[in-house]
Amino acid sequence: MRIIVDRDKCSALGICESVAPDFFEISQDGIMVLKEEFVTEDRLEELREACDGCPTEALSLAP
Amino acid sequence: MTDDRRLVVVGASLAGLRAVEGARRSGFTGSVTLVGAEDHLPYDRPPLSKKFLDVDTDPAERTTFRSEDVLSSELGVELRLGSPATALDVARREVVLANGTVGYDALIIATGSSARSLPGCEHLAGIHTLRTLDDALALRAALDARPRHVAIVGAGFIGSEIASSARSRGLAVTILESLPTPLGRALGAELGRATSLLHERRGTTLRCATGVQALEGNGRVERLVLSDGSVVEADLVVVGIGATPAIGWLDRSGVEVAGGVLCDETLATSVPGVYAAGDVAEWVNPLFDRRMRVEHWTNAAEQGALAARNALDRDPARPYAAVPYFWSDWYDSRIQFLGIPSSTESTVVTGTAESGRFVGLYRDGDRLVGALAVNHQASIMKYRALIAKRAGWDEALDFAARLHAA
Repeated sequence: MRIIVDRDKCSALGICESVAPDFFEISQDGIMVLKEEFVTEDRLEELREACDGCPTEALSLAP
Repeated sequence: MTDDRRLVVVGASLAGLRAVEGARRSGFTGSVTLVGAEDHLPYDRPPLSKKFLDVDTDPAERTTFRSEDVLSSELGVELRLGSPATALDVARREVVLANGTVGYDALIIATGSSARSLPGCEHLAGIHTLRTLDDALALRAALDARPRHVAIVGAGFIGSEIASSARSRGLAVTILESLPTPLGRALGAELGRATSLLHERRGTTLRCATGVQALEGNGRVERLVLSDGSVVEADLVVVGIGATPAIGWLDRSGVEVAGGVLCDETLATSVPGVYAAGDVAEWVNPLFDRRMRVEHWTNAAEQGALAARNALDRDPARPYAAVPYFWSDWYDSRIQFLGIPSSTESTVVTGTAESGRFVGLYRDGDRLVGALAVNHQASIMKYRALIAKRAGWDEALDFAARLHAA
């Protein structure tokens, strides 16, 4: 699966980083940086939690 | 095999929505009913006191989460909107609504909370609270009418966000706080005061330790009389003095309540098959070994999903162990808080209050229990794992020194 970020919605609150720090990080200039775009099966639950935790619904997973 | 159980979720805001979505995602095939007091489909509340009030936001752009079609067709949810729950009969397993009853096998209580208002000013126009979409539409219209002076009663987060919106429209704003320090309960006295400096930097007047004695006017509010006898002229008043959990409908139901609905670690109430989530749930958070009630977005989202799973799943119920989190946007500043504030000690580990950019940490005994970031988005979430693993205070200070030296 692949992580899709809707940049119009993302406001860099960083909840994704706290759930899945290997994939997301808020940079020093306050922008969410996608560190890894592709998700292997064993990390899916963590990524689903990151998507669900996003208060602006900016994250989704696609095949 | 089809499940013949009936899930009923009372409360159609974020916790309720996540409960019905969580039920379906976990494979529940029985019937699902979502009961809401308001006529609106579930919508997102945080934007209502932020972007929604801005002059260049189109108020027709609602913050609805899911369309009616998604809820009904894709999720198979029966919607009972505009139907406030008035009572609960646990013996008959029925929720009594203003317009009928609905039977359940598993029930999630997610009725949220209502904004507190000032008593004795119902006869005056121009006084607002902000909780619902209808409240936000009314407040937006009042701001559009360009009042001469806006008074905000209560220096909490909602009041502060509204003050910020009003200032961005160039309006004159005064915030009145009855306590000596603003945000003391949410952020502790020292860092509450530090955060509130953001107001003065943007020309909002903040007056603390002044209670509101009376609101006066002729049909419409014209002035506030304060406890020290002074008078503040205001033709728009917004009251932001907190919210009360909506639990009145549970009176005499047998569901134990105190400040909110009493729950164990798994969000189960005192009545079998009945769970609670969101603002109403007063649960035992195992991470801090204490009972708490949290009125934040993340708490509602996570508890809603978990309460549904625990209510329906035949596996053992999972506890809700969480580091509470909230954010607030004032002016061009972002305020983020993780954990629980403690009055024993807080320390600024980087930046200064005066510069409007800092990180503060909170300790309870020897443990790190909270972190506050004002305009420090890159740092805040790095503290979440530390709080979650019950890191000690010295470890936290070492971590901070390394992080902020980088």
